[in-house]
Amino acid sequence: MRGANTALGTAGLAAFLALGEAVPRLGLVKEQYFPPTSRIAGALRDEFAETAFWTALGDTLTGWALGLAIAVSAGILAGVLISVVPHLREATASTVEFLRPIPSVALIPLAVLLYGTGLRSVLLLVVYAAFWQVLVQVLYGVQDVDPVADETARSYGLGTWARVRHVLWPTALPYVMTGVRLAAAVALILTVTAELVIGAPGLGARIAVAQTSQAVPEMYALIVVTGLLGLLINVGARTVERRALAWHQSVRGEVTV
Amino acid sequence: MLAKGRSMQELLVVSGLRKVYEGQGRRVEAVRDLTFTVAAGELVCLVGPSGCGKTTLLKCVGGLLAPTAGEVSLAGSPVSGPPPGMAFVFQEYGRSLFPWMRVRENVGLPLKQKGLSKQRRRELIADALESVGLSDAAGAYPWQLSGGMQQRVAIARALAYEPDVLLMDEPFAAVDAQTRADLEDLVRGLWRQRGITVLFVTHDIDEAVYLGQRVLILSGSPTVVQEQLKVDLPDERDQLHTRVSPRFAELRTHVYEQIQAAKRGEPDGLRKDTPPLH
Amino acid sequence: MSEVPVGRTRPGTWRRVLLRLLYAVALPVLLVVLWWFASDDSTDVYWPPLRTVLKTFPDVWTGERLRGDLRPSLLRLLGGYTVAAVAGVALGTLIGSYRRVRAVCEPVLEFLRAIPPPVLVPVIMLFAGIGDGMKVTVIASGCVWPILLNTVEGVRAVDSVMAETARSYGITGAAGLRALVLPAASPQIFAGLRQALSIGIILMVISEMFAASNGLGFTVVQFQRGFAIPDMWTGILVLGLLGFVLSVVFQLIERRVLGWYHGLRASSRRSP
Repeated sequence: MRGANTALGTAGLAAFLALGEAVPRLGLVKEQYFPPTSRIAGALRDEFAETAFWTALGDTLTGWALGLAIAVSAGILAGVLISVVPHLREATASTVEFLRPIPSVALIPLAVLLYGTGLRSVLLLVVYAAFWQVLVQVLYGVQDVDPVADETARSYGLGTWARVRHVLWPTALPYVMTGVRLAAAVALILTVTAELVIGAPGLGARIAVAQTSQAVPEMYALIVVTGLLGLLINVGARTVERRALAWHQSVRGEVTV
Repeated sequence: MLAKGRSMQELLVVSGLRKVYEGQGRRVEAVRDLTFTVAAGELVCLVGPSGCGKTTLLKCVGGLLAPTAGEVSLAGSPVSGPPPGMAFVFQEYGRSLFPWMRVRENVGLPLKQKGLSKQRRRELIADALESVGLSDAAGAYPWQLSGGMQQRVAIARALAYEPDVLLMDEPFAAVDAQTRADLEDLVRGLWRQRGITVLFVTHDIDEAVYLGQRVLILSGSPTVVQEQLKVDLPDERDQLHTRVSPRFAELRTHVYEQIQAAKRGEPDGLRKDTPPLH
Repeated sequence: MSEVPVGRTRPGTWRRVLLRLLYAVALPVLLVVLWWFASDDSTDVYWPPLRTVLKTFPDVWTGERLRGDLRPSLLRLLGGYTVAAVAGVALGTLIGSYRRVRAVCEPVLEFLRAIPPPVLVPVIMLFAGIGDGMKVTVIASGCVWPILLNTVEGVRAVDSVMAETARSYGITGAAGLRALVLPAASPQIFAGLRQALSIGIILMVISEMFAASNGLGFTVVQFQRGFAIPDMWTGILVLGLLGFVLSVVFQLIERRVLGWYHGLRASSRRSP
């Protein structure tokens, strides 16, 4: 079964690549707009040979990792604080609901003015977008805490900190992991966006340069790289999530937010 | 009464039925060789040890599974795919009703598919819900009802469909004892009122004897018919008196022994068609 | 249903409503007041006083501007989002219904989904130029993936007993799709639609920042480039409000369409 699926998936991938080769070769689309697979692969090889490419990749990964780390720590801290302090949850609910859907790209002009094309521009966008993903999942997770377990902990005289550690955190952890996974994907999107639109150094900026200099195969090659990066992040986040939650008896469905 | 003698027309004929599941290099023979008939208007219970392929058998009869060998025919024509004259009531009522439809729509959906007029559909829905005692719940969602009520909705849906044969797959296995007794009486009442043919699968011996005119005892897997037993209890049955009558006790003891024998795999199955003399 | 004694509950209800209202408004009001006073004597050009921003607001967002910039943005978003929803649900249903098709498509879809949607802008500009067609295509091709993949998941996970029930009553083909498959997958489909909405807004703004002569993204960047800082701030506020309003509209629709689902979940939580 599994083997058959892998074979089918490989066949699908091969067909996709072959289609990418055949369509421009047959003249169905213009080659200068949509270069065949082999030319993209060639451009990709050239990219790998350049130091500038690796620097750009490093910049993108730095922006992504730093932004994600800040967003996750801030999201978890804020989430736990909001749930532990009495009445804070009710008081912040409307504010969270209002701020969360604000598109972080709205902050682009502000980021440009404040930080220019520096890393901090990227971080502003990434952190704003990823923070809500984590915070909302933490809040969902805390809501899921069994009141009986919490009462029990209270009745044994556990303090706030001990209850957070032994009751609240283990219950919320699966949700937190989901939040981290969603935030990781969003953070990559915003990192590349910031580089592409603002011009902060990284893969996105390299794509913008390739576009303006009409280097179409290079542009496609770089897009493939961002796709592979996204794939790696998705698969990695899912693996970490599964590993970390192997002990958890209930396999939950994802909370749709 | 309908249920006397051999002169009656045989509505459902199962002959030499065999079902083998294959996959991942494993072969599982769920049903080996089953032959039996159900006459029009009869209520037949299939009982057997758990895991003996009862559900597989019923799904083959209902055309939901294709048999590996043998044949099922309904009113003379072979069954391949769900025939229009059959209605199925599943054990998992919660997963058999569509949670996005109200009770009324759940009951009406198969009728719409049949292409009946709106007027006719409304009549059938009202009639079916009334006969299961749920006229008031027409506008509710299934998940707003208790388990027993949900299974009543599933039965109403089957009734409104006006089937020749009603197939019931352990329909009351997941409800509490009290509800279960009520539902058993409901099924018997509806059967006597409406003269539909019922094939009822259960693992509960008492239920089989209480409900059935005839009980087919199945052997353990791979399944064959261990014995056919005519239930010579009076047609008027009720939970209080029937279940304490000496004949009921005899019959259930007999069925119990047969199933124990089937579990041990003893070739006790003489396939007699006569009631036992104990 | 028992009659509730009116005299006793009324004050209690009122107090609860009042309390909830207080909880909902208190913090936002506090934040705005804080912003107001903290920025009031600000001389930093980038952080103009809130007073100035609000005073500029009606001058900037006139009816003409709303017609000239908000409307085209919304139309592009609506167009792209609709195309993505229709294509995503249709393809997702097809792929989700057939195990083999799913196995063939899965790796390719996983890859395509992982591409950060904004990088599609330069590619699509090659094909579709810089007009409205480009923006609609960009939005559609970014939004389609979450919808498609969620639909595949939803269609794949249709309950087996429900599927057999439908089959036993002859409800197959188009009727099965309408009565069983799509409603059963709808919670998942809506999860995808919701993810797609935020991606759509991002792409709307970005595609207008790249190449446009009108639209919200274009206007906000114009303000920033012209150092019209208070105007730029009003633009950010408008974008924020737009995101909020669209999310509220989405929630209203979702609650209507998936009313049964929320009820089902609530009832299974009460009695597990």
